Amino acid sequence: LFPQVSTMFAQCPWTCASPVLLIALLCCILSPPAQAIKSSEDIRCKCVCPPYRNITGQIYKKNVSQKDCNCLHVVEPMPVPGSDVEAYCLLCECKYEERSTTTIKVIIIIYLSVVGALLLYMAFLVLVDPLIRKPDAYTQPLHNEEENEDARSLAAAPTPSGARANTVLERVEGAQQRWKRQVQEQRKTVFDRHKMLS
Amino acid sequence: MDQKSYRRGSFQSSTSDEDMLEIAGASLDFSMADDDPPLDREMGGFSSYNGGGMNGTSTIMDFLEEPLPGVGTYEDFNTIDWVREKSRDRDRHREITSRSKESTWALIHSVSDAFSGWLLMLLIGLLAGSLAGLIDISAHWMTDLKEGVCLAGFWFNHEHCCWKSNTTFMDRDKCPEWMSWSELILGHGEGAFAYILNYFMYVTWALLFSLLAVLLVKGFAPYACGSGIPEIKTILSGFIIRGYLGKWTLIIKTITLVLAVSSGLSLGKEGPLVHVACCCGNILCHLFTKYRKNEAKRREVLSAAAAAGVSVAFGAPIGGVLFSLEEVSYYFPLKTLWRSFFAALVAAFTLRSINPFGNSRLVLFYVEFHMPWHLLELVPFILLGIFGGLWGAFFIRSNIAWCRRRKTTRLGKYPVLEVFVVTAITAVLAFPNEYTRMSTSELISELFNDCGILDSSKLCEYVNDFNSTKGDDLPDRAAGPGVYTAMWQLALALIMKVFITIFTFGMKVPSGLFIPSMAVGAIAGRLLGVAMEQLAYYHHDWAIFSGWCSQGADCITPGLYAMVGAAACLGGVTRMTVSLVVIMFELTGGLEYIVPLMAAAMTSKWVADAIGREGIYDAHIRLNGYPFLEAKEEFSHKTLAMDVMRPRRNDPPLTVITQDSMTVEDVESIINETTYSGYPVVVSRESQRLVGFVLRRDLIISIENAWKKQDGIVSTSIIYFTDHSPPLPPSSPSMLKLRSILDLSPFTVTDQTPMEIVVDIFRKLGLRQCLVTHNGKLLGIITKKDVLKHIAQLANQDPDSILFN
Repeated sequence: LFPQVSTMFAQCPWTCASPVLLIALLCCILSPPAQAIKSSEDIRCKCVCPPYRNITGQIYKKNVSQKDCNCLHVVEPMPVPGSDVEAYCLLCECKYEERSTTTIKVIIIIYLSVVGALLLYMAFLVLVDPLIRKPDAYTQPLHNEEENEDARSLAAAPTPSGARANTVLERVEGAQQRWKRQVQEQRKTVFDRHKMLS
Repeated sequence: MDQKSYRRGSFQSSTSDEDMLEIAGASLDFSMADDDPPLDREMGGFSSYNGGGMNGTSTIMDFLEEPLPGVGTYEDFNTIDWVREKSRDRDRHREITSRSKESTWALIHSVSDAFSGWLLMLLIGLLAGSLAGLIDISAHWMTDLKEGVCLAGFWFNHEHCCWKSNTTFMDRDKCPEWMSWSELILGHGEGAFAYILNYFMYVTWALLFSLLAVLLVKGFAPYACGSGIPEIKTILSGFIIRGYLGKWTLIIKTITLVLAVSSGLSLGKEGPLVHVACCCGNILCHLFTKYRKNEAKRREVLSAAAAAGVSVAFGAPIGGVLFSLEEVSYYFPLKTLWRSFFAALVAAFTLRSINPFGNSRLVLFYVEFHMPWHLLELVPFILLGIFGGLWGAFFIRSNIAWCRRRKTTRLGKYPVLEVFVVTAITAVLAFPNEYTRMSTSELISELFNDCGILDSSKLCEYVNDFNSTKGDDLPDRAAGPGVYTAMWQLALALIMKVFITIFTFGMKVPSGLFIPSMAVGAIAGRLLGVAMEQLAYYHHDWAIFSGWCSQGADCITPGLYAMVGAAACLGGVTRMTVSLVVIMFELTGGLEYIVPLMAAAMTSKWVADAIGREGIYDAHIRLNGYPFLEAKEEFSHKTLAMDVMRPRRNDPPLTVITQDSMTVEDVESIINETTYSGYPVVVSRESQRLVGFVLRRDLIISIENAWKKQDGIVSTSIIYFTDHSPPLPPSSPSMLKLRSILDLSPFTVTDQTPMEIVVDIFRKLGLRQCLVTHNGKLLGIITKKDVLKHIAQLANQDPDSILFN
């Protein structure tokens, strides 16, 4: 399985994997609303009735369907005697509302997990990564140009002889190094040299 | 000019951000070419580019016919060549159409190619709508998290927590499931200690959110800060900023936007939503070859994505398309109009189905009143327009001054501390006043709301006379004490928002400008509206009111004044015209209010233009020195092309390459010694007759490739750009033909061409450089940077502020 995975990685690099991941995420976000609309605790009819004569204003909420969402069905107990009901109900405003608690729950949990993952990754990069990389730093020959230093460090990384010089781990390593350099360059442009986004 | 980007070695495949090929180890020191490990160079150099391979030795015929990977791509911080991109797309289309007649598969391919644009728009709309739904729901929840937590499920915000339970008419917010922090910790919500505890928790949460936001931005995607619209405008005009629309920027911008909005800072999310939508567009472009390889087509897609972004921000698809047309895009072909509308509609529909605000509303402050207005009310509307224009000009001046200070002094060295301090000040000042404590969207919603009998907020505490109540249509009433309290609280909120937004916009967190401007305008409008209402109530016998505003009539709608004020302030800052009016009336659903909105928007634009020419986004473009050639302004000076061209009188002569008499060594030394991005090719140095133009990057790639792939190339090999090789004695080394990278149709003007026409040519065709001839002989070159510097010089601005190439 492993060689096939590497071939797949070779042919379909990160460029086409990431949109696929995004679309998968999108489907995860979109599918809960599709399923969850039917939950009965997520519909309500809200009737707001203003102060009338000596009755204070009231809000009535009831779990009814859209066709029953009117003053007569929802306002219980009716605070005015039978003759005044019509006048009172004319003042009340009833609205049918729907929501999807599953969507809300899923989205908040997705959001918090992404934030948590990013924080963990940042902690890893700041604390753990320098400790892992430290032994390699001394094996590199000192060189003037920082670009060549990175280039040589990658070239000097031990590759397994024969079969694959680009195993999945190596590719991930390389991609991560490249990404870190990119972020560093961006940081220099924005924060240090103030060339952009000032 | 940042030339280093192509020198960085890349041994693995390029990421989606780096569409250009990072030449493995390509550097100006050509002597290094021999001792790099061959395997890595092989892979990094060619096999990774779109999966196509050039493994093994290639024959001379292959070398001549196939374009090299890397030729025709652009470096970072450079301008694209619109003409070349468009002609490449036309060639591609012609080829597909001609091949479609050959086989069924080719026919299907051509149909799918035509259809791919629409599929891409559909995907962009879906993704943008989903992300906007995620942002809305999360921001809503986290904003309420500063005040309390829901016991029925921590993921509910205040409104949803109290959805099921019984609330009273006067206190619609109180329910047993929602506990404020003091109630949770102390057990009760009353008293001074509870208030202080709530205050403390509010400030703590605000600081936590904003610190998290700035750390994430700084750590993962520094390009995610700011609004994004100035940079997107520049990108759409042809500039390349690699990584600005990448996936990390997308993720970080989405996450930190929610954090920044929730922390109570005076910023909005509309501008960053445009950036998010454009990132989605850019990322999804990589699925389709037609858009991945062609920078001009990609910018069409980005225009449509920007429309989708505004559409989900405001729930205004038409307004979004017009915003993209007016503010963001540079070239907007008619085909893009229909596709942008489609993308905007799909995005709005997706957002509606996620239903972030309940009731299938798209925007929190969607209002639906239809009260008529009177012609005499145009006077206060125009007053609001003047206020909007004045505030807009004031805001732009002060914000640019503050940003310039941040850019040049030590203030810019402490971005995290700056965010911390600004958030602390905002939170500490915002909590005591209930109108600043609530989120700005809710404030605008409340201000737009017209008071009816069903409202019980402080702003609607009028003195009710029950005997004269006729149904739902309330007359103008005297203001109760609640209204007076609300008025002075709103005035304080106005002052605070006016000043704090200056320091907030431009910080190193995603920040938008629309909502704070609308808030300022809405507060001012509502204040004026209530004042007018009370004036009409107490003095209904004055001549101006007696005609239309008798006692007991409902003539003045303060909610309308708030809307007009919001439109005026937004127009004053951004100088939007049509798109502003369309967005506002799509927000309200009322065609009756087009005239007041237009009156206010026009007045504010005229007043603001009288004080300062540029809108906020153009001002930021100029501050950052982006090479953006303003398409709307006329060039009105009488200079000629020869005043602007390079070389000037005292400069060394133009660096040219001859068509068949230079060796590889000569060309390499030219490339080493100069930093120009392209060189004209002439017949010979004596005649200086123009053959074409060749780009630096293409030259480097081709020569590199020739060193590796072609046999017999040495330093003294002749490089020729003609069709047939020049006659040489048989003992000379083999020659290098580079005709394929030569642009045979460079644009030329004569030296006496007025600069008006030259600037027009640059704008309309999207050129990067233009050659200047005199009597048919090549004299000099004008680049886009020269044009920008010239315009800046004539406008008495600093020409050295044009930073990029």
